Amino acid sequence: MDDILVARDGHVLRITLNRPEARNALRTRTLAEIAATLEDAADDDAVRVVVLTGGAVFAAGADVREMAALDTVGVMNDRRPAHWKTIARFPKPIVAAVNGYALGGGCELAMHADLIVAGETALFGQPEINLGIIPGAGGTQRLVRAVGKALAAKMVLTGQPLSARDALAAGLVSEVTQPELTLERAEALAQAIAAKPPLAVRMAKEALLAAQETTLSGGLDFERKAFTVLAATEDRREGVTAFLEKRKPEFRGA
Amino acid sequence: MTDTTTILFAVENGVARLTLNRPDTLNAFTRAMHEEVRAALKTVARDDAIRCLLLTGAGRGFCAGQDLNDRVRTEGGPAPDLGESLDSLYNPLIRSLRRLEKPVVVAVNGVAAGSGANVALAGDIVLAARSASFIQSFARLGLVPDAGGSWVLPRLVGHARATALAMLAERVTAEEAERLGMIWRCVDDDALATEAESLAHRLAAMPTRGLGLIKRALNASLSNTLDAQLDLERDLQRLAGRTEDYREGVAAFVEKRQPAFKGM
Repeated sequence: MDDILVARDGHVLRITLNRPEARNALRTRTLAEIAATLEDAADDDAVRVVVLTGGAVFAAGADVREMAALDTVGVMNDRRPAHWKTIARFPKPIVAAVNGYALGGGCELAMHADLIVAGETALFGQPEINLGIIPGAGGTQRLVRAVGKALAAKMVLTGQPLSARDALAAGLVSEVTQPELTLERAEALAQAIAAKPPLAVRMAKEALLAAQETTLSGGLDFERKAFTVLAATEDRREGVTAFLEKRKPEFRGA
Repeated sequence: MTDTTTILFAVENGVARLTLNRPDTLNAFTRAMHEEVRAALKTVARDDAIRCLLLTGAGRGFCAGQDLNDRVRTEGGPAPDLGESLDSLYNPLIRSLRRLEKPVVVAVNGVAAGSGANVALAGDIVLAARSASFIQSFARLGLVPDAGGSWVLPRLVGHARATALAMLAERVTAEEAERLGMIWRCVDDDALATEAESLAHRLAAMPTRGLGLIKRALNASLSNTLDAQLDLERDLQRLAGRTEDYREGVAAFVEKRQPAFKGM
């Protein structure tokens, strides 16, 4: 892997964007490596949660130099949409730890995460308009769903960034913390989720994502079916029994 | 630093001394002075060897605020955009001073008027010469206290006093400022320089990262609930406990010796 570092701690896999000289600008190779890592992790039962981080800067956008080299045919043959799809389809939870800039593709990558922990000085933005383009990986669609039209329009049409505190108030991020503690807070959350019954966790993620796609009644149907499927799991039996017996449950992932 | 004209800047033994240097105008702010101050503050923030900033003024005044010669309207000319001036010059300055994770000592050597007063109050520990004074002079021009003055003043001296001081543009002597809790200490005119230096060097020898975290805590406390502040203390103390200076402080205490803090 050239552009990312991958490390595992128990059931949590950490992906660290590693192009500090480019402020982690996301080029095609970066996305390809993230997608490939997630594809492997999807099939690896030992991995239950992924933490995604970038160091002092999360990701300051797409690699503009690489983009400049693409014409319309180049854009048509672009591999990046396929990589984004792979990232979006990852069935296990992703916790993003965001310090510094999450701009353009960086913000879009963060929005693929299920939880975002932001350091106090983090900044989220979709400045693509300044380059004569628009966000291409969910920066309009996911952003509107996350923060609402008025704020999304201001961000996308002016390119102005959103502070971590404002992002928290708007519902874009899950928590704000001291920048020195962002990663460890994200990892603590990831470990806590990794300790939960993994089948229930996967179903929960699917249900949460379904809520963005379907009608309320359709979503409620999905939720009910997912709920029913989980009733058949051993972990559900163990969870309920442990609760009634007033003891800690021992989940086995089945 | 490259040649500066409107400020003097020197670093010695961990203390960066920044002197506003337009004594003919009582160190009134111009765009040029703002830019030189900004560059100096960047240096202070980035250089780990600098562990305390000492801010003072040259000549008989500390800072008279905005240089009004830059504000004279020509006949039929447009009104100046004072908001732009705050957005691009004063507000970034106040934010830099409050966010600088190192102690800022201000030696108010003379009159501190208008934004000059509030730049002084944006420091961490403010000393003033007995003959110095503070004036929220804005009301005399139909303006509002800026450079953070409308925020910090009521928190320092209470709403009632802040309102009277701002609306009446009353001059506050250094002694009165100390009595009101607006500043830390009023000292004799001829003692200011040595006391400020001594204080700055004392701070420069302390655990710098710890002082920066104290600043973070106190900044937030002015608008936090107790619950939020307790959570913040937890996070900041966690960080403070990881510093080398904490280890040194504990070791020195246990070994019954003086600690040698490195600022890390």
